[in-house]
Amino acid sequence: MTKKFVFEEAVARLEEIVDLLSRGDAPLDESLALFEEGTGLIKKCGEALDKAEQKVELLIKSPDGPVTAPFDGEDEQ
Amino acid sequence: MTVRSITVSQLNEYIKNLFASDRMLSAVCVTGELSNFKRHSSGHLYFTLKDSDAAVQAVMFRSDAARLRFSPESGMKVIVTGRVSLYPKSGQYQIYVNTMQPDGIGSLYLAFEQLKEKLYRKGLFDPAHKKALPLYPKRIAVVTSPTGAAVRDMIRILNRRYPLCDVLVCPVKVQGDGAAQEIADMLDYVNHHRLADLIITGRGGGSLEDLWAFNEEVLAEAIYRSDIPVISAVGHEPDITISDYVADARASTPSNAAEIAVKDAFELKRALGDLAFTLAKYQSDRIKAERTRLARLTQTPVMTDPRQYFTDRRLSLDVISDRLASSMRLTLERRRAQTARLAAGLDAMSPLKVLSRGYSVVTDGRGVVRSVGRLTTGGEISVRLSDGSADCTVVRVTKEQKENVS
Repeated sequence: MTKKFVFEEAVARLEEIVDLLSRGDAPLDESLALFEEGTGLIKKCGEALDKAEQKVELLIKSPDGPVTAPFDGEDEQ
Repeated sequence: MTVRSITVSQLNEYIKNLFASDRMLSAVCVTGELSNFKRHSSGHLYFTLKDSDAAVQAVMFRSDAARLRFSPESGMKVIVTGRVSLYPKSGQYQIYVNTMQPDGIGSLYLAFEQLKEKLYRKGLFDPAHKKALPLYPKRIAVVTSPTGAAVRDMIRILNRRYPLCDVLVCPVKVQGDGAAQEIADMLDYVNHHRLADLIITGRGGGSLEDLWAFNEEVLAEAIYRSDIPVISAVGHEPDITISDYVADARASTPSNAAEIAVKDAFELKRALGDLAFTLAKYQSDRIKAERTRLARLTQTPVMTDPRQYFTDRRLSLDVISDRLASSMRLTLERRRAQTARLAAGLDAMSPLKVLSRGYSVVTDGRGVVRSVGRLTTGGEISVRLSDGSADCTVVRVTKEQKENVS
């Protein structure tokens, strides 16, 4: 099961890793693993930013609750 | 001559009709100061309008009063419009006011100041209540008019800066009657259905009248109530609305709101690059440190000259075995001396030793003789000395006088 990538969580984990590594007291093999995880996360974050496609929707209050429709931002009055 | 009398009612009715038929009195515009201002529970307003020399009663019915933007109070200089009529029950004439404006300053301005003061007192602007904006919002609800430049500007900038977040356009009327209520309802709706983790509400520039919805209490309360952080983005730079004061963050324009809402991906990528560099540095520092430690270990004598290590150990082994041998020896000697001492003690106890000191033992045929009573003259005894014995004959027996005769 692969967990969905969440930018905010990735950044939080990165901060944690930097903190752990900056202390320099983790066992070597552990810090090697942290380093690899960190560089992996940085790469994923960068890719996420590059590949992201913003979804823009229009809210419609339906009797059954909120639904959305694609929003065409180009229409002008 | 007979005088025809009329009733009071008829008189008042007659005068009331006079007033009504006068065109000027049916639409007057009067400047004066409010006094004895009373807001009846019915919603009607009763007050006196006066200047330094005169006063006139006035009433403003609820339907008209509801349209007031500001709160009239005694002492306020106002301009009213209305008609003059008679109140038949008291015979007093009064002004039936349709509209009221503050004199000197605009009513919107006054309303703004009054509401600002009121909400400030209620704590709606309290910085302690302001919520932190999410650092990386996942979905932003843009509560504004779905048409017009403001929404397009916001979407464009959000997309350019941080395409990771989605945008939900929540369409509302942003001006005119009921706009404030509609925006407030939408804020509640977005909160109720948790449609976003950040809300931007606002509109593009316009007149003070156009922006008015964002100066209404009903919207201010909804912004205050929102659990989702709200950025207020109304009009242009100099326009400040009540919503701006209540919101968790104030943007000077809708575009500015988009900039406040999200970080710039470009900046983020640069920060990620810096972070990668930092991580690499930590890592190389760590490896360097481990290498130094390793080098220090290989330089210890045991690693550089292991034979020396064994020689040292052997030497110390020899020292230990020498110490073991000498301590063994010492123990044996100590035991030997002890044995000799015991033997000497035993020796001192020996009867032969007593004989050597000059004593002798007399025996007869029955054994050791301890008393002269056993001896008889002419009897044979044997005397044992340290180095031999002699057989003797008893010549005479003398019993010592001090002794009791046995």
